[in-house]
Amino acid sequence: MSYLAITELQKYYDSYHALRGINLSIKEGEFVVFVGPSGCGKSTLLRTIAGLESSSSGSINLDGRDITELASSKRDLAMVFQSYALYPHMTVAENLSFALRLAKVPDEEVKEKVRSVSASLQLDPLLERKPKELSGGQRQRVAIGRAIVRQPKVFLFDEPLSNLDAALRVQMRLELARLHKKLGTTMIYVTHDQVEAMTLADRVVILNAGSIEQVGTPLELYRQPNSRFVAEFIGTPKMNLLPTENMIRQENELVFQLGAGEIRFPTARISGPIPSSIVLGIRPEHMSLSEEKGELNGRIELIEHLGSEAYAHIQLSSNQTIIVKVSARSDIKDGQLVNINIDRDEMILFNESDRVISLLAEEVEDV
Amino acid sequence: MKRSITRLLMAPSVILLLVWMIVPLSMTIYFSTIRYNLLYPGQNNFVGLMNFEFFMTDPGFLPAIFNTLTLLLSVLIITVVLGVALSALIDKPFFGRSIVRVLLISPFFIMPTVNALIWKNMMMNPVYGVFAWISQTLGFEPIDWLSDFPLGSVIMMVSWQWLPFAILVFVTALQSQDTEQKEAAAMDGATSWDIFRYLTIPHLARPIAVVVMIETIFLLAIFAEIFVSTGGGPGYDSTNLAYLIYNQALLQYDVGVASAGGLFAVILANIVAFFLIRAVGKNLTV
Amino acid sequence: MTLNQQRKFKTLIIGFFSWLVACLLFFPIFWMFITSFKTELQAISIPPTLFFEPTLDNFSIVQERSDYLKHAMNSVVTSFGATIIALIIGVPAAYSMAFSPTKRTKDILLWMLSTKMLPAVGVLVPIYILFRDNGLLDSRIGLVIIFTLMNLPIIIWMLFSYFKDLPKEILEAARMDGATPWDEMMKVVLPLSIGGISSTGLLSIVLCWNEAFWSLNLTASEAAPLTAMIASYSSPEGLFWAKLSAASTLACAPIVIFGWFCQKQLVQGLTFGAVK
Repeated sequence: MSYLAITELQKYYDSYHALRGINLSIKEGEFVVFVGPSGCGKSTLLRTIAGLESSSSGSINLDGRDITELASSKRDLAMVFQSYALYPHMTVAENLSFALRLAKVPDEEVKEKVRSVSASLQLDPLLERKPKELSGGQRQRVAIGRAIVRQPKVFLFDEPLSNLDAALRVQMRLELARLHKKLGTTMIYVTHDQVEAMTLADRVVILNAGSIEQVGTPLELYRQPNSRFVAEFIGTPKMNLLPTENMIRQENELVFQLGAGEIRFPTARISGPIPSSIVLGIRPEHMSLSEEKGELNGRIELIEHLGSEAYAHIQLSSNQTIIVKVSARSDIKDGQLVNINIDRDEMILFNESDRVISLLAEEVEDV
Repeated sequence: MKRSITRLLMAPSVILLLVWMIVPLSMTIYFSTIRYNLLYPGQNNFVGLMNFEFFMTDPGFLPAIFNTLTLLLSVLIITVVLGVALSALIDKPFFGRSIVRVLLISPFFIMPTVNALIWKNMMMNPVYGVFAWISQTLGFEPIDWLSDFPLGSVIMMVSWQWLPFAILVFVTALQSQDTEQKEAAAMDGATSWDIFRYLTIPHLARPIAVVVMIETIFLLAIFAEIFVSTGGGPGYDSTNLAYLIYNQALLQYDVGVASAGGLFAVILANIVAFFLIRAVGKNLTV
Repeated sequence: MTLNQQRKFKTLIIGFFSWLVACLLFFPIFWMFITSFKTELQAISIPPTLFFEPTLDNFSIVQERSDYLKHAMNSVVTSFGATIIALIIGVPAAYSMAFSPTKRTKDILLWMLSTKMLPAVGVLVPIYILFRDNGLLDSRIGLVIIFTLMNLPIIIWMLFSYFKDLPKEILEAARMDGATPWDEMMKVVLPLSIGGISSTGLLSIVLCWNEAFWSLNLTASEAAPLTAMIASYSSPEGLFWAKLSAASTLACAPIVIFGWFCQKQLVQGLTFGAVK
């Protein structure tokens, strides 16, 4: 049963079509992350849910009630903004209690709630300070506290961590995950950072140009992207994508020629007609370097050492560049010629319109 | 906010300004087409465009238009150029900067009538004035500013009054300029002048637009300075449109001709405003 | 010279020129102030006297002859009165234009400014006649009305640009927190805009205080503010420079001192949204 249901939501800014028919249902207690490149409509979608933007058509249902036309102030949602948007003329305590006081909650209760929130977020020593006397991380916590204190039906986060430095961001990310576990409240979180999306989300919604590209758990998106866009967007470093100009159809195999190397792929695994051109997708960890032989070959351009692992940037003999994950202790050097083996089971194929080509499992061929 | 609340909040301002614009303007238009002299009451017959003809053939008409525009342009140029230069000069800290700033902006608080009186008497008087004394000390013949350069004298007074306004706006604008940008330019080998020319001036484009806009509004209507100092003379040498109309209305009691003149002032203001809004309006956040 | 010495030298030069220009520009005011303490004979002596025994006679003569206090009171009442009324009318208008703009907002704002472009002389005669027929000539109320209307467009514009620059997210946060439009205005926007509203008010007070055209033409003796009082010193008596200076000093001192104190506020507000 869906808690928040968005149906055929459209949004136009004059002639600009910002949201193109969004359908989405979110379960109670779920942590959903909207992710996509800038301009994809993720913030617009969040702000439309918040009621800060009006929709052009479509409906939004929350907990069995149609809130499409309701004012933001009556939706019972709380939002954490990218800039924190604390009230600069109020102390931290006043910021935390503002919503409760507006709702005419009795003083005693307000005090009690502010006390418990400030204790849980370690804001106690800051209660009498004004926002400008706080550090970035402290402001962030006040903004979150201000949302929590109201016990809203849904929390909305609009890129809340992007103004923090890297170390703090990782720490706040953990705190948010913990918070979600503790409160169990539905959360919707917008970010352009796919790492945040992958680590926080129960489900990730990938948006592109005003439409939902794919919805799924982080692992589903990583393993089974249904379009080239999703494949490229999720994962660091990116999935290698190799357009294949020379594709030869043999009896029961497709042969992709890449410079001096070639990749063979059983036709039987492709269900449905075989497209005229195919883009091969393969993640860096699904390839390995070998001294003797391999499907592809190339020259090491550069090795990126990340400590626990390393990535080799390799220029293929077909002049394309790919990235292969290698062991951190590997002794390969820049400029060295290498052969590359590919785990064909993990390969993903995209057709000429960048959609995924559905594949059958490898065993089928053997039977 | 609901549309109706928005309208309600705006209504008082819009209605008041509408009345403030339409009532006097339509009365002016009406008066300009009748004979209306306060000295000869009761003879208010329709005269068509005669008042306009009368006003346009007044020997003061062309000089007044010329003087109005000269005054406007000269003061705009002087205040903007000096304003930019001076605010750039005091942008960096030095000993007593806050006092210097207070001294620089003080003339803005001096009322036009006092301004004109100080300059006319104590500064520009050909016998006892400070300027005369300086000329004499240096061995020159003292200049009778108000008789020999009447319009120039008025321009000097008005510029003195409005320069602080320009400085006030530009000083704030300069404070918001990005220091890293300037440092980057300096690393790129830009001289102070290059930085001023290629970074500071473009940064000031919008503030300059604002200053030009606001000053124009006030400068087209300069009156008190002329009234108190030169009285428009000698002849029509320092008469602007505002002063000419004032002469017609309150000194010759000819309301009809004064109203026709008033309409000319409105038209002139609209022409200036048209060019101004086209040139400057784009630069304003509206 | 080392780099450090060069910098110090540059600062010195800049300081020197700044002080020089500031003193030159301030000189007329300084001279007016000095002269007001001289005797008439000292006032026109050549070369000018800098050191003399100051006298307060001029000030008492000015008060006696033109009743300075009455005119000062007129100036205070009309400036503050008009400013307060204009703010009360202007704040809601600027507020609604800044926070729920429509396609016509820009046009309305430009139109409002354009009413300021209508030269006062253009409408002097009808206003004079309206005032005469309604008994508003030479009355404080009449001046307050004129000053209010005169400054309203600039006040709305300044407030509009100030409101416009408030971070939008703070207002959205208030809305998410359950604030009604009224709460939003009273508990968030107005407290946040105290600076902008007061600097707008300051500018309006200065403009009213120094307004000369309407004051000269619509008042005679009773309601005449200081600008009109000073104009009466322009006639032949103007040659009595010490008294003229005393009267001028008295007329300007309140607003100049007021301006010095509020200088910081004024600087902030005078950006008209032109500074980002």
